Amino acid sequence: MTELTLAKALGSGLRRALSDDDKVVLLGEDIGTLGGVFRVTDGLQRDFGKDRVIDTPLAEAGIIGMAVGLAFRGYRPVCEIQFDGFIYPGFDQIVAQVAKLHYRTGGNVRMPLTIRVPYGGGIGAVEHHSESPEAYFAHTAGLRVVTCSTPQDAHSMLREAIASDDPVLFFEPKRRYWTKGEVDEDATGLPMGKARVVTEGTDVTLVTYGPLVATALDAAVAAADDGISIEVIDLRSLSPVDFDTVSASVQKTGRLVITHEASESGGLGAEIAATLTDRCFYYLEAAPVRITGFDVPYPAAKLEDHFLPDLDRILDGVDRALGRVNSLTGWSA
Amino acid sequence: MSTTVPVKAPMSGAKKQTPEFVQLLDPDGKRLSDELYDPWVSDVTGDQLASLYEDLIIVRRIDTEATALQRQGELGLWPPLLGQEAAQVGSARTLRPDDFVFSSYRENAVAYCRGVKLPDLVRVWRGTAASGWDPFEIGMATPAVIIGAQTLHATGYAVGCTFDGVDSVSVAYFGDGATSEGDVNEAMVFAASFNAPVIFFCQNNQWAISEPVGLQAQRPIADRAPGFGIPSIRVDGNDVLAVMAATRSALDRARTGGGPTFIEAVTYRRGPHTTSDDPSRYVDPVVAKEWEAKDPIARVEAFLRSEGVLTDELAASIQARADEVAAEFRAGCLALKNPEPLSVFDNVYATEHSGLARQRSQYTAYLEGFDK
Ligand SMILES: Cc1ncc(C[n+]2csc(CCOP(=O)(O)OP(=O)(O)O)c2C)c(N)n1
Ligand SMILES: [Mg+2]
Repeated sequence: MTELTLAKALGSGLRRALSDDDKVVLLGEDIGTLGGVFRVTDGLQRDFGKDRVIDTPLAEAGIIGMAVGLAFRGYRPVCEIQFDGFIYPGFDQIVAQVAKLHYRTGGNVRMPLTIRVPYGGGIGAVEHHSESPEAYFAHTAGLRVVTCSTPQDAHSMLREAIASDDPVLFFEPKRRYWTKGEVDEDATGLPMGKARVVTEGTDVTLVTYGPLVATALDAAVAAADDGISIEVIDLRSLSPVDFDTVSASVQKTGRLVITHEASESGGLGAEIAATLTDRCFYYLEAAPVRITGFDVPYPAAKLEDHFLPDLDRILDGVDRALGRVNSLTGWSA
Repeated sequence: MSTTVPVKAPMSGAKKQTPEFVQLLDPDGKRLSDELYDPWVSDVTGDQLASLYEDLIIVRRIDTEATALQRQGELGLWPPLLGQEAAQVGSARTLRPDDFVFSSYRENAVAYCRGVKLPDLVRVWRGTAASGWDPFEIGMATPAVIIGAQTLHATGYAVGCTFDGVDSVSVAYFGDGATSEGDVNEAMVFAASFNAPVIFFCQNNQWAISEPVGLQAQRPIADRAPGFGIPSIRVDGNDVLAVMAATRSALDRARTGGGPTFIEAVTYRRGPHTTSDDPSRYVDPVVAKEWEAKDPIARVEAFLRSEGVLTDELAASIQARADEVAAEFRAGCLALKNPEPLSVFDNVYATEHSGLARQRSQYTAYLEGFDK
């Protein structure tokens, strides 16, 4: 066990993947000499060489498209997209090629790509550096979508994603890159498709993932002071979603709050609310509540506190689920 | 039939990428003659060159002040233009008010020449607004952060100008790294197909963050354009006069129905990519030193002094003027107000959107709860 930041835990995951399988190659902008703008790949080019850790020309369609070709040739490419908002030039390659090639070829061609994406806000950045585009990919058949919230998960899930024979969008909560935690490189923990009950509770199920897991935990602690017991679930996988774990929790609590940074409409929260309403209709004591970013482009830095769900907004949602006085008491559209 | 065999150049860093280019003022300030490009600047008087010199001093001073503001915590980030002043001033000063610029984030000297209000330069970097200015007020779109996207916009604007029968020109500014993006290559195809009056102005500052230009292009970047059917010029981007000449020739072609031109301004990014960057990880200090000796301002100063145009008094008054601008810029930056919380819902749509209206109303109720 070593204590690592989440960023370093990702780096050590990449290092292990590169040592364990010589078909693993890393591709991205500034990942070599610089070690990535977040230093996740620091030292890897030095240790594994320029053919394994490749600084590419500045083109995301190029990065993903070339990875497709490498996959045809038996490689296991790990692509880094520098920031969430820069994935769109590569979007076509991801949704029209990466996602569909296995299907299109009747299973003859595998696309074991991992696409790493630092995502989410809260770092005071300029436009295109704080987005949460995970729903586009969770909506696309053929892609697995995961996100981590602890250094241990960062390490193990990344290695599992790289080992997966399906393409995986791997979302990294960039504002938690500096979070520290113990990492056991040999741990055989939860598989990446399973959700994790972070803290047990009996009154409300609070479902979240990535950067907001820490915020949800803070909310659980604060609510406990008020005598409210929250069960926090870290989804970890967004496609597929581990509905069994969420259902089991909702059957216990009867109340569901979902929170994510991404905008509300068409987001993961909608998917979870709909499925849980279906699966737990007779257990639910209140309508599921979503606390999310608003349906606006990610705003200027000085406005991001009025976009991102925070402790207060989450607790307000918990009050709504519990039928306590909340911001919408007496509100009508 | 003759076939040209492409010569495979080795992957290289900044160093090997400086073959021939148009140069009218050498690094020592010596005026060189150039049959083709001299006529384009034959009307530039000593006083006019002194005025360009003042621009160069001022934009560098603004840039230094912005870096200081970032270091003091007043800006979240800043992309310095140190070293690229001549490429930006020399080109932007040749434009007419009815021309239109589509730039990236580093073109703050271009914005200055277009008449931007000083605090507008930093609204985005201070995080108080989604963009800095009204594009139609200064004939310049707000910067594109998605690398290369603006080159297509410039092409479309130029095509619109031909539809309207006006001789306005649009100029796309972008970097050497941007030339790898599909958008830039598509823009060149479209511009050539529609004979668009657009100038592709590429500042080859040798770096795309940590990646040397040799990773983006195995041949000089200017050589790529002719393959698209677009004539190109490679110019010393640290020579304000040569940049002006090249841009004027391209403008003339565009205004007279000759279509697009590609200009590669060879320069060097002497600062970090942005204030968050650590270039000591990848820049060879020897090469950086070489570029310092090719400073875009020193050569104009040497030339103007040798011509007797620039005296100590004039230099001092220009410096004083630059300090004044910097002080005004700083004050304007510090005076920028934080946006109102509910403005997070503004301007998403041109007309009311019911879903968003509902969210705004709910969030209003939420915020009011804190007052109770
Ligand atoms: C589509 C896209 N991909 C990646 C980035 C991240 N990024 C910002 S600037 C930059 C390098 C740009 O280099 P260049 O085009 O040479 O312009 P310069 O910064 O040198 O002015 C990169 C990779 C981005 N902004 N947009
Ligand atoms: Mg560059």
